[in-house]
Amino acid sequence: MTAPDRLRRNMISPPAITLTGLVASHGRHPAVHHLSGCFEPGSMTAVVGPNGAGKTTLLRTLAGLHRLDEGRIQAPGLTPARIALLPQAATMDRSFPIGCRDVVLQGLWARLGAFRSAGRAELTEAETALAAVGLGGFATRPVGSLSAGQFQRLLFARLLLQDAEVILLDEPFNAVDARTASDLLGVLRRWHGEGRTLIAVLHDLDLVRREFPEALLLARDPIAWGPTEATLSAENRMRARMMAEAWDEQAVTCEAA
Amino acid sequence: MSLHDLLIAPFAEFGFLRRALVGCLALAVAAPPLGVFLTLRRMSLTAEVLSHAVLPGIAAAYWVAGLSAAAMWAGGMAAGLVVALGAGALARATGGREDSTLTALYLLALAAGVAMISVSGGTGDLSTLLFGSVLGVDDDALLLMAGAATLTLLGLAFAWRPLALECFDPSFAQATGARGGAWHLLFLALVVLNVLAAFQALGTLMAVGLMMLPAIAARHWSRQLSGMVYASVAIAVAASLLGLLLSYHADLPTGPAIVLTAGGLWALSVLAGPVDGALPRLFRRRHLAG
Repeated sequence: MTAPDRLRRNMISPPAITLTGLVASHGRHPAVHHLSGCFEPGSMTAVVGPNGAGKTTLLRTLAGLHRLDEGRIQAPGLTPARIALLPQAATMDRSFPIGCRDVVLQGLWARLGAFRSAGRAELTEAETALAAVGLGGFATRPVGSLSAGQFQRLLFARLLLQDAEVILLDEPFNAVDARTASDLLGVLRRWHGEGRTLIAVLHDLDLVRREFPEALLLARDPIAWGPTEATLSAENRMRARMMAEAWDEQAVTCEAA
Repeated sequence: MSLHDLLIAPFAEFGFLRRALVGCLALAVAAPPLGVFLTLRRMSLTAEVLSHAVLPGIAAAYWVAGLSAAAMWAGGMAAGLVVALGAGALARATGGREDSTLTALYLLALAAGVAMISVSGGTGDLSTLLFGSVLGVDDDALLLMAGAATLTLLGLAFAWRPLALECFDPSFAQATGARGGAWHLLFLALVVLNVLAAFQALGTLMAVGLMMLPAIAARHWSRQLSGMVYASVAIAVAASLLGLLLSYHADLPTGPAIVLTAGGLWALSVLAGPVDGALPRLFRRRHLAG
């Protein structure tokens, strides 16, 4: 049974992800400061904000890779296997001697684990995912020979196989040419149509306005969260730009609830 | 001197050489795959460090039980694991870098080990310990070497996928719950085990030679992880065989002889290996059409 079959049988219905007073910090300095709100099931939200605004930290916290200092994330029944994170590609060892198909197959970890072998069905799924991102014929190519954009597409293929209900994307269109970006955007639209919850960190505001119904404007403190047009108003963007990027070395302990 | 005299007669004639050969072949099958993973994790020097770190454990065992192989193994294993795991734990607890905590701990262990050995007196024992001796490979040692190889191959078979995933993309491994950290600990334990398996034949100074040199050379023979592992084992087997013959004919200690042979094969790989070798780079063939 391939992923699309499963989808046709029952629509995917991820739980709502409710944040209450979320604080995540580096050292004691908050990167995400008192964030409350809700990612509705099947919503498609862009996270925007200046550099150092805590966007990546927010995604990593949602994926369970960063400890939260305060507050709560409530998402009933959402196990780690049902969340997928597309990190910024820079954190991977691209000189590692591994072929493209094997990278894509990593997406089946929840199903195969450390020991079960990948059968013909799994290999076919991997080939289909590679073809879906325009990397047909790359199955045995070593990852070291891919360009940055091709590598990004490879990570998308791995995401396809993860078949997760909540998908977190950290600057998914970085280093990607226009045609690839529109291909990958097509994948995002399909996921949205299937009822998955999408949360993407993006810098291209035109793209966000065009494609994302909702947006969260973050400047360490949340500035606005809601329908994209209202969130990205000139006034809100101005407030986001006022964020001091440097830490305040004399900062006192935060007393806000 | 006929080919028979050169290649076969020494093994046919001397039982201790046959035992050394079997022991080295066991090592050659198990240690290089670990070495390949070490190079991929940018931990090429870790095996060398651990080979020194086992010294106080061995010395302590010598104090307690004399020249008993089993006791030395237990002592060395304990000391090696304390240094390897201690360095990781210290680095995580205090936020330092693992290589610096590892360096601090192993220097401490090495100094303590040398002090303990010199207090106990026997300099002859010390040089055997440092440079190895084929005569040291008795039946007990042989069984331990073969046992270590078996354990290593079994362990690697289970740890293969999580280890590869942890090397390639640690945060993905963490997010999917692959427990890369736990597998890494098992992996380090196997490295210590193999270093100990090597020290009777090769000596503590050279113990990692058969693990690392073939692994480093393997990069020039394949672009795939599995291909690199096969190549490393083939190189290690050849180095064991030729090294023992060199040691016999040139009357050299076995440790340096085997490691020098492995070094020669590494140099050959760097020069003529099909992947990123020096010669294929020098004589470039015309580019393909597409």
